[in-house]
Amino acid sequence: MSDAEMPQEPPAEPGIPEGEPPEDRASSEMYRRVTGIGTSAGRAMVVPALAVLTALIIGAFIIAVTDVDTLSVWGDDPAEAFRLTVSGIFDAYRALLVGSVGSLDAISETLFAAAPMILAGLAVAVGFQAGLFNIGVNGQMHIGGMAALWVGFTFAIPAVFHVPLVIAAAIAGGALWAALAGFLKARTGAHEVITTIMLNFIALFLVDYLLKSSLFQAPGRNDPISQPANPTSVFVTLFSDYRLNIGFIVALLAVAFVWWLMYRTTIGFEFRAVGYSPSGGRYAGMSVAWVYVSVMAVSGALAGIAGANQVVGLEPYRGISNFAGNVGFDAIALALLGRSHPVGVLFAGLLFGGLRAGGREMQGAAGIPIDLVLVLQALIIVMIAAPELVRAIYRVKTPDQEITTVTSTGWGA
Amino acid sequence: MTLELRGITKQFPGVLANDDVNLSASEGEIVALLGENGAGKTTLMNILYGLYTPTAGEVIVDGKALVLESPADAIDAGIGMVHQHFMLVPVFTVAENVVLGDEPTKRMGWLDSRRAKKTVTDISGRYGLDVDPDAIVEDLPVGFQQRVEIIKVLAREARFLVFDEPTSVLTPPEVERFFEIVNGLKADGKGIIFISHKLGEALEIADRIVIMRRGKTVAEVNPRDVDEPKLAELMVGRPVDLVVNRTESDPGDVVLSVNDLTVLDDRGRNAVDRLSIEVRAGEIVGIAGVQGNGQTELVESLTGMRPSLGGVVRLKGLDVTSKSPRAIHNLDVAHVPEDRQKSGLVLQFTVTENIVLDSYHQAPISRGVRMDWGQATDRALRLVEEYDVRTPSTEVKVSTLSGGNQQKVIVAREFDRDVTLVIASQPTRGIDVGSIEYIHSRIVEERDAGAAVLIVSSELDEIMALSDRILVMYEGRVVAEFDGSASTTDIGLAMLGSRPDEEAS
Repeated sequence: MSDAEMPQEPPAEPGIPEGEPPEDRASSEMYRRVTGIGTSAGRAMVVPALAVLTALIIGAFIIAVTDVDTLSVWGDDPAEAFRLTVSGIFDAYRALLVGSVGSLDAISETLFAAAPMILAGLAVAVGFQAGLFNIGVNGQMHIGGMAALWVGFTFAIPAVFHVPLVIAAAIAGGALWAALAGFLKARTGAHEVITTIMLNFIALFLVDYLLKSSLFQAPGRNDPISQPANPTSVFVTLFSDYRLNIGFIVALLAVAFVWWLMYRTTIGFEFRAVGYSPSGGRYAGMSVAWVYVSVMAVSGALAGIAGANQVVGLEPYRGISNFAGNVGFDAIALALLGRSHPVGVLFAGLLFGGLRAGGREMQGAAGIPIDLVLVLQALIIVMIAAPELVRAIYRVKTPDQEITTVTSTGWGA
Repeated sequence: MTLELRGITKQFPGVLANDDVNLSASEGEIVALLGENGAGKTTLMNILYGLYTPTAGEVIVDGKALVLESPADAIDAGIGMVHQHFMLVPVFTVAENVVLGDEPTKRMGWLDSRRAKKTVTDISGRYGLDVDPDAIVEDLPVGFQQRVEIIKVLAREARFLVFDEPTSVLTPPEVERFFEIVNGLKADGKGIIFISHKLGEALEIADRIVIMRRGKTVAEVNPRDVDEPKLAELMVGRPVDLVVNRTESDPGDVVLSVNDLTVLDDRGRNAVDRLSIEVRAGEIVGIAGVQGNGQTELVESLTGMRPSLGGVVRLKGLDVTSKSPRAIHNLDVAHVPEDRQKSGLVLQFTVTENIVLDSYHQAPISRGVRMDWGQATDRALRLVEEYDVRTPSTEVKVSTLSGGNQQKVIVAREFDRDVTLVIASQPTRGIDVGSIEYIHSRIVEERDAGAAVLIVSSELDEIMALSDRILVMYEGRVVAEFDGSASTTDIGLAMLGSRPDEEAS
């Protein structure tokens, strides 16, 4: 930062009053840059796009240096080693592309994998928009998923009614579980990062307990596994022969709903106002406590649907231990990559879905461990979280309005 | 021995903050740098202090051009800066603060606190600063904290001192004392640059006045040759009406009555202590006082932002004690908050969004939960026009507007209905003269339309210019009441807690 030539000086625009920004502005500025809230669409895409590109380049190096067979060739025949390395990288990325968009089946797999990610990503994004960091998507998915499952195997009604009822149960379960954290924050000031993480553990073990209880456990089983959901309750596939099911349609509807809620309703207006400035919201007569509780409820509802997708959208339509997997945590990455905008999250979800689907092909066809996909994801997140790094690499000008201050206290709360 | 800034130009993306600026200060000279907020004064000083690199131009000390890449370089060149916001560690002692960053050490790196104290005592004695090296900084009054900053600068052997808006935090008597100190520094041969937007002070203290406007130095004058209106005109670029035009007030019924109100501050102390006031329709009551004497908490309590511990607040006879901000807003109370950026606006929202910030939940801006952005935009366009908000569009973020225009957005939003009570806290803090003029006239218009107006300001000039009655707050109570024609001296004394009637006896 000592480099005086770096384009980071806060511009003394006529708009920005002289003197230093108040401290909470400085830290929320940092928060805003990381979450991307409040940046215009075109500008918001620059860093994520470059982050993905950079991750792929670094990923190529990783493919090169982890290819032990080729590494040993360097000493004997550098030219041949170079050729092998390049073709290795090429094969890997081609497999990634083929596996994600190379065929109808690949596209189906990509969209199938994207559905829960988009839903969970929206859950985190809604929180970010209102200044809350919901790390509890994992727990909310578990609770929502269990509610969906119970409705799924308890009732036997026509699918037209059963599936919506399953989704409603998932929404209720996820919303209540998340609202608990919102309520604790509003009432006692307990930080949502802490409470949602703790609620994740409670949900995880509650699921294990329930799966072994007579309420859920499959008859004749000793391990934690539930009875299967009735066929009328599961997410039907959209086309025969492909796994893609209505979960993806639900995710698309959720994107539209979140966009409408955040930008076209008084509720979204309150969410965003309180998210940018709690004291500004309070001054304007909004109930900050109500906003915290309802934002968490909306966020949890979306997470709950994602959880339902993991049981009634996935064969064998049963609940197992930790059925939400890592989706709830990948969701944080998704929301960051999508800059907390519903459409951004949609694209981020498609990208991550593609990486998932393509990763399997890459492992099968090119022999690259699927873990590389996780490495790529992680690299993307690092780049997103350090936008200055990306800007420095590609010499992108720092947007005018951003004040570079390193006095962040973290979550921007 | 001279300090000279020659041809300084600083280009930020899209903004030319400094454009060929020239400024110099010699040994034993006080130069005032006058300019409105946004004129480029702070940018210039940041260049002088090594925080920014100029696009063109140079800083010259004793005929030598310097490359200033950090504040350390500036300090080495003998340039010291006393910032508007003090850079002190509140829980450290005076001596610890003074040596911070340049600590005298004994063997093994132990702090030599004896030497640190001696530094403070020496400098304090030499300039008559009267500062105890062992005092904890947060226990000191603001005027003394400022002296600690001065000692800090002098301890690093500064030959040129830059003061950034030094009087904005001081009471009138403290300002007098501060001027004595500055004159003492001058007599000792220090070169002083005094940044201010207060005309009277520049006239009083400076040997030379340099005026900046829109990034350029537009004039350099001798204080003996000019008066305040002339300076204001140079600063703003057009003749300015410094006096608020208003007729005698015609007070009507009591609108706001506060009885024995007690409010706690964030630390749990009685910030407002059994305070009672009345404001009538058609009068402007000004609350003067040094900041931190409970004005903030009083206003927050009256507007529903902070609960009260005891006492009763009535609005037209209706008990509104500890009602919610929205309930009070719905009783036609307009509130211009103290901190426009923190409370009054959501900075990342557009002008339109900020215009409907308090009415978004009512028709016609929304129906049910659906926002009608067409209606919102119409209202924003109308108010931007009516209140002369200078903005390229209603869809730009309000943070891109100047302070004065931001404040006009708030005033437009709050005054755009039949208001029975106006509560305005620091309504013109840090904004340009043109906007001050405008906002003051709007406030008087509200009074003439029959609203009761309560103004809280730490700028005594503002209180004097607007108020029909002046109350002085000290340690959470009203200690004195004056009519609009009282003298600054009497009010100034009351601000320090002495009651004029007690002194007379």
